[in-house]
Amino acid sequence: MIRDVLRSGRARVGLAMCLIVVACALIGPYFAPHDTTEFVGIPFGFPSHTAPLGTDYVGRDVLSRFLAGGRNILVLAVLSTLLNVGGGAIIALVAGYSLRFADEVLMRAMDFLLAFPPIVLALMFVSVYGSAAWLIILVVGISQMPQTARVIRAAVVQVRDLDFIKYAEGIGLSRRRTLREQLLPNVVAPLMVELGLRLTFSIGLIASLDYLGLGVLPPTADWGLMIQENQAGLSVTPWPVLIPVLAIMILTIGSNLVTDGIARTVGGIDRRVEA
Amino acid sequence: MLALIVRRLAVGVLIVWLVSILVFLVTMLLPGDAAQTILGRQANPTALALLQKQMHLNDPAIVQYGRWLGDMVTGHWGKSLVSQDSVSSLVLTAAENTGLVMLVTTLIATPLALIVGVAGALRSEGALDHVLSVATLILVALPAFVIAVSLIFLLATTVTHVLPAASVIDPSASLLSQWKLLALPVLTLVLGVVSYPIRMIRASMVEVLQSDYILLARLHGLASPRVIIRHALPNAVATTIQATALNLIFLAGGVVVVETVFSYPGIGYTFVQAVSDRDIPVIQTLVVLLATFYVVVNLVADVLVILVTPRLRVDARKAADADEPVMLAYEPISS
Repeated sequence: MIRDVLRSGRARVGLAMCLIVVACALIGPYFAPHDTTEFVGIPFGFPSHTAPLGTDYVGRDVLSRFLAGGRNILVLAVLSTLLNVGGGAIIALVAGYSLRFADEVLMRAMDFLLAFPPIVLALMFVSVYGSAAWLIILVVGISQMPQTARVIRAAVVQVRDLDFIKYAEGIGLSRRRTLREQLLPNVVAPLMVELGLRLTFSIGLIASLDYLGLGVLPPTADWGLMIQENQAGLSVTPWPVLIPVLAIMILTIGSNLVTDGIARTVGGIDRRVEA
Repeated sequence: MLALIVRRLAVGVLIVWLVSILVFLVTMLLPGDAAQTILGRQANPTALALLQKQMHLNDPAIVQYGRWLGDMVTGHWGKSLVSQDSVSSLVLTAAENTGLVMLVTTLIATPLALIVGVAGALRSEGALDHVLSVATLILVALPAFVIAVSLIFLLATTVTHVLPAASVIDPSASLLSQWKLLALPVLTLVLGVVSYPIRMIRASMVEVLQSDYILLARLHGLASPRVIIRHALPNAVATTIQATALNLIFLAGGVVVVETVFSYPGIGYTFVQAVSDRDIPVIQTLVVLLATFYVVVNLVADVLVILVTPRLRVDARKAADADEPVMLAYEPISS
């Protein structure tokens, strides 16, 4: 399947874009010329020998802070995506297979969660419990679970009445094994699409929280926070804002291109309605 | 038909009620209660106990919830812990500003999505269609604040200076006279919101244009524009309504970040400020209102879609028995 996906030019471009940014974020910190909190020049200084991309609003090296500022977003986004897709898949499998009481309860609970815009739900929890990493992973993961659960449930419902499921039930396979061994392999395709889509949105959501100043706290180097901190100096020097903006753009566009490639390979994304 | 609306309304009220429970649980049973938040951590224990008693914080949670829900429903939303203004006046002013931005955004985004979506569908798999496919893919991926900051870079600071970078409006003058301040927030939201509607409308039009009755109309010798306007386009009405509803739902989340980027004094900006200040009464009210907005938009869209779709009107009973609201169980009409 991976080979099929990579046959599409768009998916290849997308993967390359992702890899560049991920490499910057993961191994970049080891190449940083300065410490992220070290003052190396005047505020909003132009690019120079000591600071190749200039300095930020208090005179720290933009390049070093950029190289160090992606890891947190990436790690949180990957973890919350795994939580979201894992949880959504379990809910969808149980609900779609039962189609009775469990289905009603689980899917109505998902409808209820859908009433909150993800960022609003996240901010409500942050306002009360602070912005601990585990809380952000939890909230970002759960707030998008309804979308995942709905999509996967629809796929489960399509296969649950086929003969091989009846056979599995007939030979007395336990419910858990039927779900895991018979149903799960048949919804891998929509799960892959969902994984890509949710990763894209989670990156955006976590970066947004950081931008709003409600994710990581200063003086941590973080792309979202960097953009906010240096926005006022845009007319003096664009680099401290532009570089992280470009990184987030390349990353999210790249992952969405890969997702599109997966969706085209496994069939049908345009029908999807997203919230 | 009426039964359907009543049923949807009941589900909507139920959702809002559940939302209120969650909001209450999260915000009122917080570590360190509201009295502590008002008086600060080093509060005099006697004063704290007094205020707790005044605010009935020693009552059982269920009694507190009942009183709180009553206040919510009757519009007694309390006072902001920070500015001491009444939450209702704070929220109403902000809602006016946000309403205007949402209205203008929708008035631009919906027709734009319709035109662009239909254009893409007419030459499906053509050059324009491919450009649109990539463009919408890119726009969907971008977080709203990234679009906003890029627009500030391009239009308000570094590259050109045609528009103001912040939208700090003057409350004494009319909003329309300050339209330039609205331009960047609206442009950001339009770009952030328009992709899905374009894809939805394109997909439904592609399907309609391939249907037998359009082929028949063409075979009858009807001119192409007439076929499209008279016979194909009415089928896109339901999709357009759904797309508009989705737009509004996206916007409820989108304004939070975009208003903050531009310091535009609307609901989203107020919400983010309240979150930074832990201003609980404001947070509670806004979350409940946003969820109510979601429910109302869904309800109105459902009813409108049923009204404009004969198939669903006849099947109103069936639609009423269906699990999910029509909008969210979206399938292109006419297959």
